[in-house]
Amino acid sequence: MLQRRAWIYGWLLVSPALVMLFAFTHYPTIATIWNSFFSTARGRRQAVFVGLDNYERLLTDDIFWQVLWNNFIYALGTIPASIILALGMALWVNGKIRGRAFVRMAYFTPTVLPLIAVANIWIFFYTPGFGLVDSVQSLFGLPSQNWLGNPDTVLYAVMVVAIWKEAGFFMIFYLAALQAIPPSLTEAGKIEGASRWYMFRRVIFPLLMPTTLFVSINAVINSFRLIDHIFVMTNGGPNNASSLLLFYIYETAFKFWDTAYGATLTTVMLVLLCAIAIGQFYFMDRKVHYQ
Amino acid sequence: MLKLAKKLGVGAAATAVAMMASSTAFAVDLQFYFPVAVGGKAAKTIESLTKEYAAQHPDVKIDAVYTGSYQDTITKAMTAVRGGKPPQLSVILSVDMFTLIDEDAIVDFDSLLKTEDDKKWLKAFYPAFMENSQTGGKTYGIPFQRSTPVLYWNKEAFKKAGLDPEKAPANWDEMVSMGKKLTLKDASGNVKQWGVRIPSSGFPYWLFQGLSTQNDVILANSDGNKTNFDDPKVAEALQYLVDLSAKHKVMAPGILEWGTTPKAFFEGQTAMMWTTTGNLTNVRANAPFDFGVAMLPANVRRGAPTGGGNFYIFKDSTEAQKAASVDFVKWITAPEQAAKWTIATGYVAPRADAWDTPAMQAYVKDFPPVLIARDQLKYAVAELATYENQRVTKIFNEALEAAITGKSDPMTALKEAQERADKVLKAYR
Repeated sequence: MLQRRAWIYGWLLVSPALVMLFAFTHYPTIATIWNSFFSTARGRRQAVFVGLDNYERLLTDDIFWQVLWNNFIYALGTIPASIILALGMALWVNGKIRGRAFVRMAYFTPTVLPLIAVANIWIFFYTPGFGLVDSVQSLFGLPSQNWLGNPDTVLYAVMVVAIWKEAGFFMIFYLAALQAIPPSLTEAGKIEGASRWYMFRRVIFPLLMPTTLFVSINAVINSFRLIDHIFVMTNGGPNNASSLLLFYIYETAFKFWDTAYGATLTTVMLVLLCAIAIGQFYFMDRKVHYQ
Repeated sequence: MLKLAKKLGVGAAATAVAMMASSTAFAVDLQFYFPVAVGGKAAKTIESLTKEYAAQHPDVKIDAVYTGSYQDTITKAMTAVRGGKPPQLSVILSVDMFTLIDEDAIVDFDSLLKTEDDKKWLKAFYPAFMENSQTGGKTYGIPFQRSTPVLYWNKEAFKKAGLDPEKAPANWDEMVSMGKKLTLKDASGNVKQWGVRIPSSGFPYWLFQGLSTQNDVILANSDGNKTNFDDPKVAEALQYLVDLSAKHKVMAPGILEWGTTPKAFFEGQTAMMWTTTGNLTNVRANAPFDFGVAMLPANVRRGAPTGGGNFYIFKDSTEAQKAASVDFVKWITAPEQAAKWTIATGYVAPRADAWDTPAMQAYVKDFPPVLIARDQLKYAVAELATYENQRVTKIFNEALEAAITGKSDPMTALKEAQERADKVLKAYR
């Protein structure tokens, strides 16, 4: 009897969270996958079951492959760079330096600012002729560059914004982790005569591994999820050169109103993200030391 | 006990009757979505206009909802339609007409306009604006916040280059030859001032349509189910645009940002720019030099697209709501109100009689350049619009961007675009 009551009590405790999760996460996920097997309803035409047609179309959709490739480059460029930068900044502001609070705040500011507002500022940085980047370049007599208007540079230009935005956020996690490392370890290392680099490589970095795992999973998710600046700065252009998977999904579903194909693209993205997250947990977990 | 129930019953009935009576006093509720594409003054003007209407018509309650950009507005309206609770009327881009018809979301005005007076009212709109509002012999949109691109030039830069500061280029060749004189370089060979700027970010098709129309070619049929992207004349127009940077070097290379174009003009980065009349008030307030406004230069003919938003009435409303919506649209596009709207925003008043109002005449006298846009309407054509408009337009934009950035030559890019557009539009023929 008592056990049964505890059981009911337990379910009652988790039910609010479960209801929310089902209503706003699991149900939409399943509905999306379900919709990807139907055609798009338009006006008087009902949606009909089309099986794998949408997926077949995906395979021959050049733009899909292009945005997937773009996203791959985007992830490859932004994730390691922002993590390394975050670690570097955290080590720097963890030390005893003058004006530490100010530097910490300065590094964290990009995270606080809304991405939309920031993207508007970056547009002007990149503006050819009188933008910040060009103004600095012209001091050295370099010619004007149209960073956002050239398909060869535009993706890198938006990647810089993402790195700038994310590094400060990840720094906070590293900073917290660094402060949790017992000072006795550092002191012991000093007595043993370990160099700073050796200490970092053999003691600090391994102890930061749980944070690195957490941060890298977040970075991967963000590389698919954070696209606000694309809307403001390039709208995916020129000629899809800066379009990412999520941006393409938005375009398909809410500009072209092809919701079935949008659902198909979303399903692909879901599978992709799940696979990456599981892979990261599986492979990296073995290398992570929890204290 | 029974008595009490009876009493309650009577009470409930009485309240129900009272409520019905009061709801006939406020018979019609209208929800009205409006986007704002140009600064904050437009939103205030719309709100004050709806308030004025409500004051004159106590039997109608209008709930004017600001719904963001044009893109946000169509997204919200379509979502509302699919959710079964559409607004009664909305201002949406004229080019989204086919999308709304395809969704079975809107009704045509012809079935709601019965009297001769109404028909006369419909005829008084500029034909150039109506091209984007009618298909298959029916009128689906009423022009409201409409615009057209014009050429702005910096008179001081013209004077410095030894050109007549009062004369804008009249044709394509003049734009190149003047542009060459206006393109200035510093000692190390970097360009300090470009001759002309035709922005190409986001929606390059719009300004490009100026060029294609001047080359005497129409991009899509009026049924919205066939495009004409691979016409040699279109390729010729695109070649001219590409040559402005690649061959003649009078325009900066690559995709030029739409939003920073007025700023580039103010900063002297370019001596001429093509942009919407919607920027007129902005340029007037911020240009630190004397500037001129002209029609776009001609080639085979003069030409420009129109742009901007129309009023649409949604299908899923009661007859009373539809009638009230028509009445509101008639009121807000009437000369007095249209004049107020134009003066506040710079949009082109959509009817000839609005230009005859005293307020408008005073405005024109004070600031003659506003007439340029109106006079250009004679040469204007419908903005590119088809079924699945955003998808087809994007296909075309991609072709333009590929050519502008030198990734593809104009004809190859346009041929590919035509094939892709055909695939999408086949279902609508």
